[in-house]
This record gives sequence, structure tokens and C-alpha cells, in this order.
Amino acid sequence: MGKKVVERLQKDLGAAVLATSEHRGDFEVRVAKKDWKRAATLLRGELEMDHIIDLTAVDYPEREPEEPRFELKLILRSSKTGHRIRIATRAGDGEKVDSLTSLWRGANWAEREIWDMFGIPFEGHPDLRRILMYPEFEGFPLRKDYPIGKTQPLVPYREVEGIEKLPPFGDDEGQPWGRIDWLARLRGEEVQVSPAIGQQTGGRRALSSGPEHDGPLPEAKE
Amino acid sequence: MEPNYEALEDEHTLELPSEPMRLNMGPSHPAMHGTIRMVLDLDGETILDVDVQPGYLHRGFEKSCERGTYNQVFPYADRLNYVSPMLNNVGFALAVEKLIGLEVPERCTYYRTVLGELARISDHLTCNGATAMELGAFTPFLWLIKVRDWVWDILEQETGARLTHSFGRIGGMAAPPTDGFKESTLAIFGEIDHAMMESEALLMKNRIFLDRTQGIGNLSAEDAIAMGCTGVVLRSTGADYDVRKAYPYMFYDRFDFDVPVGHDGDNYDRFVCRFEEIRQSMKIIRQALEQMPRSGPVVADDLRYVMPDKREVYSTIEGTIAHFKLVMEGLKPPPGEVYSFTEGGNGELGFYIVSDGSGTPYRVRCRPPCWYNLQACRDMLVGDMIADIIPTFGSINMIGGECDR
Repeated sequence: MGKKVVERLQKDLGAAVLATSEHRGDFEVRVAKKDWKRAATLLRGELEMDHIIDLTAVDYPEREPEEPRFELKLILRSSKTGHRIRIATRAGDGEKVDSLTSLWRGANWAEREIWDMFGIPFEGHPDLRRILMYPEFEGFPLRKDYPIGKTQPLVPYREVEGIEKLPPFGDDEGQPWGRIDWLARLRGEEVQVSPAIGQQTGGRRALSSGPEHDGPLPEAKE
Repeated sequence: MEPNYEALEDEHTLELPSEPMRLNMGPSHPAMHGTIRMVLDLDGETILDVDVQPGYLHRGFEKSCERGTYNQVFPYADRLNYVSPMLNNVGFALAVEKLIGLEVPERCTYYRTVLGELARISDHLTCNGATAMELGAFTPFLWLIKVRDWVWDILEQETGARLTHSFGRIGGMAAPPTDGFKESTLAIFGEIDHAMMESEALLMKNRIFLDRTQGIGNLSAEDAIAMGCTGVVLRSTGADYDVRKAYPYMFYDRFDFDVPVGHDGDNYDRFVCRFEEIRQSMKIIRQALEQMPRSGPVVADDLRYVMPDKREVYSTIEGTIAHFKLVMEGLKPPPGEVYSFTEGGNGELGFYIVSDGSGTPYRVRCRPPCWYNLQACRDMLVGDMIADIIPTFGSINMIGGECDR
């Protein structure tokens, strides 16, 4: 099913195609890391392989140092012609690979997962952070040298910026909407208590930029 | 921010001032369909942006597979999409059989088809029932879950377990069909039809249901394809990609069935597509049960890969040796790598398996359909209201066990 695509890639990319293989009906083309994006652009554009099926990686640590240890696999399908093809490339530890998010938006999470699980960084990825693991996780779990029984250190409480903007806003249980008498506020009155709810105990600040009220509350209007 | 003074004449049109608010939804929100966190940027109740954060159900499926034998993957595969475990079992078995080049008997393939389609029915019944319930319609949920339980009764009768069957084997199934399999399966179809008909009668003219599903959570076909969506999420946009039709595996090319597609890619289309797929699945099962041989083996006859019969183990030396080798070392596929894909409950369920010739998989990659469908969730949600998260997220049918693995 992918034979024509393989032939076309060999014709257009020439020496950039390092190896091709066919096993049980799966066609695979391996390109060098520097041609990764070029091959993908060709596939996305002229060859109409618009449906990204999967992007994943395999770790072969014993290949080092002669060959890079990671092998990336991109599985594509064309929604127009129905062809399927697998593209592979190799990358060493810490080597950056061109991101394919500009070609297939679906590559976004797949690349984040590869970064999370194998520690392969992607150049040009808009939002490269861990996705399945938490940010404090140490190591890359799907590497072959990550022991399956490894224990992770405990994570201290996080410092979160801007958390004061999270609800609840007020001094009471929150939900300031609907309780503020906006008309009274527009008249310039200091107290902002909804006539529907009535006077509340304790001072209550306006939602954003109203005057702050610290003294005792006046009587609520009927 | 100050109020909009220009609209002061009419107090009812007064625009309340608002500034973008960040709100966390999940990971354990009572209205959310799975364990997942969404960080929302809101303008009032309108969603400006959403950061979907999966991973709370990550159990290391792929890592765990790298230390057992091939047959030991089946219990893990059950727990991927735990609403349709049989489809995962069949999907993984087909992948390893493709790697080996093993042919299974015809009766086994039909048996897998029927069990898999039953699992698909239970998956879609659950999803649609839950979607209706989350929109306030509790009755359809009870009806659909009732018939789903009858589907599970059949699966229990066949496999011995309601949910986590672990029934697939490399080269066949764990046991042949029971005597009453055909009759008991056909017996519940009338009830499923009836429950779906009644649910549709309650929902399809219900103004609340229509308002909250039609035009909500839209996704275009181009976006869905570029995002890697498959299954109902993709088909609801109008693209007719179903693995069973596009790349027929097993005996799907022998059956007469249709692939329902939607038009707008909204919640309503996904809901209707699921109900229609249940009808098509029942149609497939009827044909498969008709064509299935009444007798014959359900496992391949190859002692290198398939456990011999117990009588042979105890009476012949070949059986004893084969049993010992398969238990101690596991079956050993030839070195190579394959990507095998089937139509799971939510779309293309793929297994990418690398074998180094030993009894343990070198790498098992599960291509979870939910993962890519969920990625498109942001596109569906931005611009809608916060209350629309519930039906939209429900209609994606994200299954945490499969998405996070």
C-alpha cells in the first residue's frame, strides 16, 4: 500500500533516503535527522499524507557509540489515496529533532510524550513540557536504562504564581457575581450588597476596582 | 475594569465588567467524565483557552510490557479501554500474529469479530447513556446501562469475567464459544433496539438536549485529520474513515455494513453516529453468527506459539516440552517490527511492536485513539461556554486508561 510512496520518496529525496524496508506489508523509509523535516514536508504537501497516525520512538542503547540510540517513527496515512507509510530517523542522546507541529497539529502531544518518555527534545515545538508525568519527575521512563522499579523523590508543595486570582475572591465563600448591586455602585455608593440577598455580615470588597469598605455596613435598602 | 456606562439607559443590558479568570476543572471533578485536568481561561462563562492535561491514569503500560511475555500483555491490554476490553485483546493478538505471520482458524476469527462487536456496542451504549445523563436525562442512561449489562452477561458467559476478560491469546482465543452463544446473543438484540428507540424518542425532540448538543463542540474535517482524530470523532465531521472498511482486517470484507458519518462534527453528530454504529454492529454480528462454523478449533495449531491441549501436555513429550518452553520463556516471534491497527471503540487502535527475537517484547507502543481525539478537544471547546465542556468532553468518550496508558 505504501510502495508508490516509497518509490516517490526515493526519487525526490535521492541520497537522503538512507534505507527502505518492507516487513509484513509495512513500508518504512529511514532518513537522516537533518532531512526529517524535509521528508515530512514533502509527504504532507505533494504526497498528501495528511492524516498523522502516530509518532513514537524506540530506544536502542546498545547501538551507541557507532549509531545514535533513539529511533523515531512517524506513521502516516493519506485520507485521499489511502496509502500508509512509516518514516524513521535516528537521534542521539540530547540531540534536537525538528518539530513537525507546523505540518500536522496532531504531532504536538505526540512530541510532548516523546520528550516526556524518552527525553528527545524537539526544535520549534511551541509548548514542550511533560505531558503524562509531572514536571518534577526525574529521568525518562521509557529509556531502556531507566529501571522499572525506580522510586521517585517526594515533591514539595509547589509555589504557584498568580494564585491570588483564583476564586474565591471575597471574604466570604466566594461567588461575587450576582451579589453586587451594580446600580448602587454606579450611583457612587460605597456598599456593594445585592438588594436580593440583603446585608451581609463582614465587609465585602468590590469585585475589582471598587472602593474598599472597612467600616460598619449601613442599612440595606429595600 | 469599569462597567460599560454607555448601556446605562437599560439596566438589563448592562455589561458586567469582567477580566479573564483562570479556573481549574478536574482532575476529580464530579461532572467530568474521566480523571483529567483542564485549566480554563474564562471571560465570564466563555472559554478563551483551555489547557488539557492528561496523565493522571498513567500506569506505565508500555514499560510494563517490556518485562513479561507476549501473553502476559493481555491483562494490561484489558485495562486500556476498559469499556471495550475485548477490542483491545483482539487488537493486540492481531498485532503479534502479524509479527509472527500466524494464521488463526476461521472459527476463531468469527468469534473474535462477534465478541469485539459486542464490546463496541457496550462502549457506545455507555458513552451515549453517560452523555444523556450529564445533560440531565437520567432515564436513557438507566435504560442503556441496563441493556449494556445484558451485553456484559453474554461476555461473562463466554469469558468468565464481566469487564477484564483477558480472553485473547496469541493464535486464538482462550476457550471455544459456549453452546448457547448464538441464541443468547441474538436474544438481547431486540432489547437493545428497543432501549435505543425509546432513548431516541426521549432525546431527539427534546429542546434542552438539542440546544446543548447541536452546534456545540464543532470540529472541521481538515482539523480532525490534521490532529490525527479517528473513530466517531473523525466520522462525525464527515470523513468516512473506518478501519473496518478502509483496510479490512479479519473478515470485515465479508460483511455487509455501512459506516455512518456526520456532517458538522458537533456533539449531536457524535451522539447519533454512535447509536447508528450500534445498529451496524448488530448487523455485523448477525452475519458473523450466521457464517461462523458450528464446530472446529479456535486456536492455531502451532506448538511454537500456542499452548498445547492439557491432555497432550500430560501424555506426550512434545506437548510437555512445548508447554515448558511457552511457560518459562514465552513465545518467540522472529525479529522485526510491525504496526497493526484495528477499529477500537474510539477509533484506530494501533499496536506498534518491536521484537528482538526473544520471548519479551522489545517495545510495545499502543496508539491510543483517545489521545489524538482528546488533543482536538481544545479546538472544540474554545469559544463555547463552560457548561458545554460536559457534553463535548463526554462525546469525545475519553477513556483515561487508554489515553494515559
